[in-house]
Amino acid sequence: MFLQDDLLQDVWVEGEISNLSRAASGHYYFTLKDASAALSCVMWRSQVARLLQEPRNGDAVLAHGYISIYEQRGTYQLYVDSLQTAGLGRLFLEFEALKARLKAEGLFSEERKRPIPPWPRRIGVVTSADAAALRDILRTLAARYPLVDVVLASTLVQGVEAPSQIVEAIAALNRWSEKHEPIDVLIVARGGGSLEELWAFNDERVARAIAASRIPVISGVGHETDFTLADFAADYRAPTPTGAAAAAVPDAVELRQRLGELLSRLVAFMIQRLDTARQDVGRLESELQRSSPVALIADRRQRVDDLTRVLQMHIQHDLAMHRAQVEGLRARLEGLSPTHVLRRGYAIVQRADSRQVVRSIQQIAPGLHLRVRVADGEFGATARDVPEQEEDDE
Amino acid sequence: MSDEKQMSFEEAYAQLEDTVRRLEQGGLSLEESLALYERGMELATLCMEQLDQAELRVRQLIPAPDGGMTTEPFEGWEAS
Repeated sequence: MFLQDDLLQDVWVEGEISNLSRAASGHYYFTLKDASAALSCVMWRSQVARLLQEPRNGDAVLAHGYISIYEQRGTYQLYVDSLQTAGLGRLFLEFEALKARLKAEGLFSEERKRPIPPWPRRIGVVTSADAAALRDILRTLAARYPLVDVVLASTLVQGVEAPSQIVEAIAALNRWSEKHEPIDVLIVARGGGSLEELWAFNDERVARAIAASRIPVISGVGHETDFTLADFAADYRAPTPTGAAAAAVPDAVELRQRLGELLSRLVAFMIQRLDTARQDVGRLESELQRSSPVALIADRRQRVDDLTRVLQMHIQHDLAMHRAQVEGLRARLEGLSPTHVLRRGYAIVQRADSRQVVRSIQQIAPGLHLRVRVADGEFGATARDVPEQEEDDE
Repeated sequence: MSDEKQMSFEEAYAQLEDTVRRLEQGGLSLEESLALYERGMELATLCMEQLDQAELRVRQLIPAPDGGMTTEPFEGWEAS
């Protein structure tokens, strides 16, 4: 009748869920009713997968979809493509209540957090095999620390089935670690998305599974600003999947630097050690020479040479001093020499007969022959004008 | 030497650090020092080789026919 009515292609219906049944196919069938009416609803599995929460009987919801006829029964049905919990905020109230409860329980406490092993050999990854997040993780691991071995447990990361799959993947990797190959650390990750898309990581079961994992867990869910219960429960919370991979392994660039440093220390030490050894050998050599007889003689010879050199030095010094002394003496002697005095203008007068030096006029009589000696020679002279001598006995 | 090849990067690196520390502590004869030096060089080479040659190995956990679990190589992630 109103099959072609465009109005029925885009319908919102508010009501309470009842007669909810989930078919083996994954499709949901239920009735939406209010005080006066009831409407059959079907929700296909693909739409169910996008729900944040499992619908329950009694839930007050706002359903969106289109109305059409189910021909076999000849009834109108609402084909639901989205289902919102009526009464905005129930989800968040539940989330906050759950968070508070788990926190009070100590699930998020720092003391529970285990250290992330610095050198993992095997890493378990819980995420969707099809998503970009996995490629980000693997590329980061390959670039930073390709020595590591990765075991992937692929899961859905959104929708109502995601939480149980994530829980199972964490458990499976723990079993694998115990039975087959030890796994050192787990990465539980999902790329960025809407709040609804990240909701699986706010599931209580997921938070508990992360806390219960015997292998330490690094979470990397969404973007920098997204905090999920999985993040709170994890041993280490990384902001993104790439961040989780980086937190899980050391950086090869840094490792190469550290290796280079160790190598330089090794070489530097050895060069120094060889230098010391060379000095030791030199010291030993000279010690050896000192204690051998040949060396002794050579040593004595050298000492004699040394002494000789010292003596010569002394001698030369002495000689020089003597010479200076001699010069001084000569100068003094020269000062005393009669010729030196004569050069200054004095003369020596002698009696020509006796060569007696005349020192007094009493030795002189008028007419007496004298010899006068000056600096460059002598000449004769005769005494005259001799003063009269009183009481001359002669 | 076959043991040597089995040695993990972590072990080789730790031994190298230890070797350098022992050398630097001193008190060793020249022969002992030389032996430790050569050992250190070997370990450093081993570490470098491991870093150079390593390729990330990725496997996926899948159900085994016996009801348990097994792994298979996970490939194709390097493309695009």
